[in-house]
Amino acid sequence: MSRLQKRFEALGAEQRKALIPYITAGDPNPQVTVPLMHALVKAGADVIELGVPFSDPMADGPVIQLACERALVHKVRLLDVIDMVAEFRTQDNETPVVLMGYLNPIEAIGYEPFASAAVAAGVDGVLTVDLPPEEALETSQLFQEKGLDTIYLMSPATSTTRLQQICECGSGYLYYVSVKGVTGSAALNVNEVADKINQVRGMTRLPLAVGFGIRDPESAKAIAEVADGVIVGSVLVNRIAELAESPERIPEQVSQLIANMREAMDA
Amino acid sequence: MSIQNEQTAGQAYPDAKGHFGPYGGRFVSETLIGALEELEEVYEKLSADPAFQAEFDRDLAHYVGRPSPLYFAERLTEKVGGAQIYLKREDLNHTGAHKVNNTIGQALLAKFMGKPRVIAETGAGQHGVASATVAARLGLECKVYMGAEDVKRQALNVYRMRLLGAEVIPVTSGTKTLKDAMNEAMRDWVTNVDNTFYIIGTAAGPHPYPKLVRDFQCVIGRETRAQSLAQIGRLPDAVIACVGGGSNAIGMFHPFIDDVGVRMVGVEAGGHGVATGQHAAPLSDGRPGVLHGMRTYLMEDDAGQILPTHSVSAGLDYPGVGPEHAWLKDLGRAEYVAINDDEALEAFRTLTHVEGIMPALESSHAIAYAIKMAKEMPKDKVLVVNLSGRGDKDIHTVADLDGITF
Repeated sequence: MSRLQKRFEALGAEQRKALIPYITAGDPNPQVTVPLMHALVKAGADVIELGVPFSDPMADGPVIQLACERALVHKVRLLDVIDMVAEFRTQDNETPVVLMGYLNPIEAIGYEPFASAAVAAGVDGVLTVDLPPEEALETSQLFQEKGLDTIYLMSPATSTTRLQQICECGSGYLYYVSVKGVTGSAALNVNEVADKINQVRGMTRLPLAVGFGIRDPESAKAIAEVADGVIVGSVLVNRIAELAESPERIPEQVSQLIANMREAMDA
Repeated sequence: MSIQNEQTAGQAYPDAKGHFGPYGGRFVSETLIGALEELEEVYEKLSADPAFQAEFDRDLAHYVGRPSPLYFAERLTEKVGGAQIYLKREDLNHTGAHKVNNTIGQALLAKFMGKPRVIAETGAGQHGVASATVAARLGLECKVYMGAEDVKRQALNVYRMRLLGAEVIPVTSGTKTLKDAMNEAMRDWVTNVDNTFYIIGTAAGPHPYPKLVRDFQCVIGRETRAQSLAQIGRLPDAVIACVGGGSNAIGMFHPFIDDVGVRMVGVEAGGHGVATGQHAAPLSDGRPGVLHGMRTYLMEDDAGQILPTHSVSAGLDYPGVGPEHAWLKDLGRAEYVAINDDEALEAFRTLTHVEGIMPALESSHAIAYAIKMAKEMPKDKVLVVNLSGRGDKDIHTVADLDGITF
């Protein structure tokens, strides 16, 4: 059983919802990332989405674009990110880690070498923003053979037919993008999200996580009431940006945001 | 003369999923898939619709001023002393470049789809101007994303767009050039997908854009083919065009693909020289990867990060290239070469002096290579250069290099 499956089953047994922070690896420097991951777990994170910096993050808003730029100053490569996961695994063999990013850094390494290195390091899943199922025939089969879960996005613009297709090819969990827009967008409508989540429930037994637009304990709690997982990114990355000049404070300060959300979700 | 003929003429690329061999495709975030599927469906329907076709042809004739002439550059030919050089005068189009062929077509699609708002990315500003122009004509709201670096380089075109009623947004992320403008336009589209049509300016991006932009630009090659037969009595020996994203080149090349006796030469921006790494020539010195919704040749580092580009011409300053060019390169059907900044500037001056035609710096790359080629060829051979745009917008750049300030 994969770490993701195990984690979601355990949460389900306790009737708790997954809290899934996103951070960009290497932001604002590569030394911060692993201590921050541990701090996030301690504060109540159930799964970690680790962003792979890319020069052209088309689907991201300004907050995560800037995080990529800060990481790329240190020339953080996909292989470095995989090494960070390996380092994280020396102390934490339970918390699932999903790499989130764009296809080109994976293509640069090659699908097979990437998948082997990722599995060896203890990566559990891959979410490639610009790789919809139609283009993913080769990778999804390979990743499945290697034991990497493939996480796909669904959005308010996704048709019913496509929702079904995505449910069939996804694994680990499904990521519902709550708004039309880039990461960090505002205007989260919980009722609309609930309708869509209920629709997808009828199509799959995979856990359904929701991201984009969740920025505080209240919105985290509201989403936790309708979904299996709450994904939080820009609000954390924003805090990292504010602390970029004093990175030693980042693990404690950023994980506090997660602790607050955890508390609201479990209340 | 119809778009539909182009699709049924035995040139079956792209396939149903938008692939040109291993290139092209639809590598975008899920939120855009629905919009691209809708666009594809509408385009397939309309491109087969005689009424849509007639409206497109009418606009090209009466608004753009087509057909553009095929002009024998007699003095340039004499000066070079080799093959005869003809110029396809896309610089004479309304707004001064080939870009308007495409924006007319896409604005008609926007109109048929009932989208009140259009957005565009632009490098040199020609596509931005062409988009702002058609938006003004159809009464559409228009927002143009332009790299902050290019906003500085192309101040005149920025002002033209604003006069036309468009809002120009300087993009300060990344390298502040065309690729970043495209990122930003994609972000706008993903956010406003319900009411917005994204007018992509080159034969690149996710399917169906490379196909539909090509189809709209193919008027260039079709006219050139017919004009060559009428004026010269035969097809040219080679057609030559500059390649940034590659829309003017694919518009020229595509109708000649089955004419195997016609060489097709794409000229990339060699910048300070391909060997220096400071250029914008992915087909000459790049490798396949995925960016902006397509698989194609890219300028990237070993880790898959996109590299900064350099060219004296903002319109060629792009790290990728349309997927059909990537495919034609691999097939060996088209050849791709690079011309450096200084060679392009020299060609700019040469054509201006001997023909009284001031080419865009982008097109000057094609002129420069045509001069090189013609020198090595006998006088009975014929080259056609796609003069994709006029050089008025570049006068500031050239003056700067001459140390002249206004």
